[in-house]
Amino acid sequence: MTALDRVKITKVAKRYGNERALANVSLELGARSMCALLGHNGAGKTTLLGLLSTLVSPNDGRITYHSNNAEVHGEAVRREIGLLAHSSLCYGELTARENLSLFAGLYSVDGTAATIEAVLDRVGLDARARDRAARTYSRGMLQRLSLARALLTKPSLLLLDEPFTGLDRGGALALGAELGTLRDAGAIVVVVTHDLEAIADRTDHVAILRRGQLVFEDRGAYDYEQLKGLYHRHAN
Amino acid sequence: MSVLRQAARIAWKDLRIELRSREIVYTMAFFGGLLAVVYSFVFPSKSELVPLAAPGMLWVSIAFAGTIGLGRAFDRERENDTMRALLLAPIPRLAVFLGKSAAIAVLMLAVAVVVTPMLALLLGADLFADPGPLALSLVLGAIGFSVVGSVFSAALIKVRSRDVLLPVIIYPLLIPLFVAGTSVTAGLLAVPANPEKVWYWMGFLGIFDAAFLVVSLWIFESMVIE
Amino acid sequence: MSRYLTPAFALAGAIGLALTVWLIFTATPLAVDYTPGSRVYVSGTSLFYNQKIFYYHVPHAFMMFLAVGISGVCSIIFLAKRDPKWDDVALASAEVAVAFGAVVLLTGSIWAKAAWDHWWIWEKRLTMSLLLWLTLVGYVLVRRFAGASGERLSAGMAVFAMIGVPFIYVMVGAGDNHPKAGAEGNVATLDPAMRGIFWACVATFFCWFMALVTNRVQSARMEREVRELREKGLDAGLLA
Repeated sequence: MTALDRVKITKVAKRYGNERALANVSLELGARSMCALLGHNGAGKTTLLGLLSTLVSPNDGRITYHSNNAEVHGEAVRREIGLLAHSSLCYGELTARENLSLFAGLYSVDGTAATIEAVLDRVGLDARARDRAARTYSRGMLQRLSLARALLTKPSLLLLDEPFTGLDRGGALALGAELGTLRDAGAIVVVVTHDLEAIADRTDHVAILRRGQLVFEDRGAYDYEQLKGLYHRHAN
Repeated sequence: MSVLRQAARIAWKDLRIELRSREIVYTMAFFGGLLAVVYSFVFPSKSELVPLAAPGMLWVSIAFAGTIGLGRAFDRERENDTMRALLLAPIPRLAVFLGKSAAIAVLMLAVAVVVTPMLALLLGADLFADPGPLALSLVLGAIGFSVVGSVFSAALIKVRSRDVLLPVIIYPLLIPLFVAGTSVTAGLLAVPANPEKVWYWMGFLGIFDAAFLVVSLWIFESMVIE
Repeated sequence: MSRYLTPAFALAGAIGLALTVWLIFTATPLAVDYTPGSRVYVSGTSLFYNQKIFYYHVPHAFMMFLAVGISGVCSIIFLAKRDPKWDDVALASAEVAVAFGAVVLLTGSIWAKAAWDHWWIWEKRLTMSLLLWLTLVGYVLVRRFAGASGERLSAGMAVFAMIGVPFIYVMVGAGDNHPKAGAEGNVATLDPAMRGIFWACVATFFCWFMALVTNRVQSARMEREVRELREKGLDAGLLA
């Protein structure tokens, strides 16, 4: 597995029909870093994440993925990507174990019972729920399953789209801590969120979008108050 | 080959979910059967007309049921955004396409298994006189239908009026398939049976499937990536 | 794209129209010899002036098929490159093809009434035209109602429609009651008296087709330019 250590976004533009979602956005992401992607609804954050996940293709510009100074393409890139979104990306009719087994097979990673149990333990999914269909889970349990699915494949580029929505304070902070751990282990983490408190003091890279354009970017640690200030100043 | 193996994994996932809930297959099969009953009422049932009307009724029932099945199968991928998960996986995206269309073709054949005897019974149509070619034509028809349907259903997942747009898109494109299928069936029901017609249109069906499968394989990825 | 393209084509089309109308009614043979009860159309029937529909019906059909081809090819390029310029051409072609297709079906219908006393018959070429026309109408509908995904979806339709043309052709092959244009049923074997004027009509409607398509493409591009300017204005805070 060639872990990604650099992602370069060069002058990407994206339109959806008559709407301009992104215009001339350039950004560079590096390993061992957590980037907070901020902005109002409709600013283009989800689109940028879509582009990073290879599910959306740009009308202009390009995104390149690098590992050890060599460019990586296609399936090799997707193998390194983990996505955590508002929806669980898991099948409701299958159990937690079955879902993870399916994704282990799709990603060609270790899908033995022991490995699956270990991941489910790590995210803290109730042992009794692991053989129940996922549609019976609570929101918090679904988020745990979704995180397990993302962690199972050991991604080096982790993309999160509003992962804290619907979680209580404790859950959000725990997830924030988990993301910090992953970042420290070397991953590139990109978080799109409105929950500034959950990521404050953890991010080392902040990018703010407004109306499809990058209006602010900085590398450095920010606490909650600073993030709030930046957001109010630039996102409007 | 990795593409086929992953496609099989995806197809099996769909069929396993279906076996568990049986939601799609029950509703599809019932709908197909219901159509057969409706046709028996609304069309005249003089015995000379049966060999002329039965092929159309059979294929239209399967087509309508198939449209519903397509909608439901892809709605399922919409529920938890699992389509995104499949497309994100490090597998050839063609595997997603092949897996989904294989699963839907199987479901359509399940409907055919229900509707064919029903029509044979209700209309007195001798559909089982030569079951081999009939089965082959239904298999080829199901493959063609699910291939074209899957390409567009996958692209329609995020569209609001997807339920009505799907038939608008695929029915005109599939008319040659319907004509070929009904011609094969008509040839089988004709008295005396017309093997020349049957195999001419069977060949047409096969070539149609091959051509549209090739185009679908080429076009699928650009349809699902925004 | 040169701004003189549309007016040039339109002018050529207009001149051609005037010319061909005049020539059709003065220089082409009148169809008078008809064998009653015969289903075989020999070049000349008691259709009299109705036969002259042929001169406009067939060129419109040619243009519709051409448009399907253009739309299909441009859609393939668009899906590969995602450059909206190709999509503009595909869309313009399809829209114009809907109009031309409607003309084909209407004129074909008038002829059918005149020749066989039915407003519609299921013969080879009319059926084929109807199917293609339905696909093209579907293309335009999908564009309108599928939102942001409309471009991709209709491009896919156009590709499949183009591939489907030979299948439709074979499918309608058996049992042809269509009047045969010329001795071998082939336009190339047209009676020399009709040939020149026929091809003049084809050229006229080609100009007319190109005028409509170039106009539509230009308006699509201008729409996009206005949108981009508006975005720039909004960005700079000059517009509300």
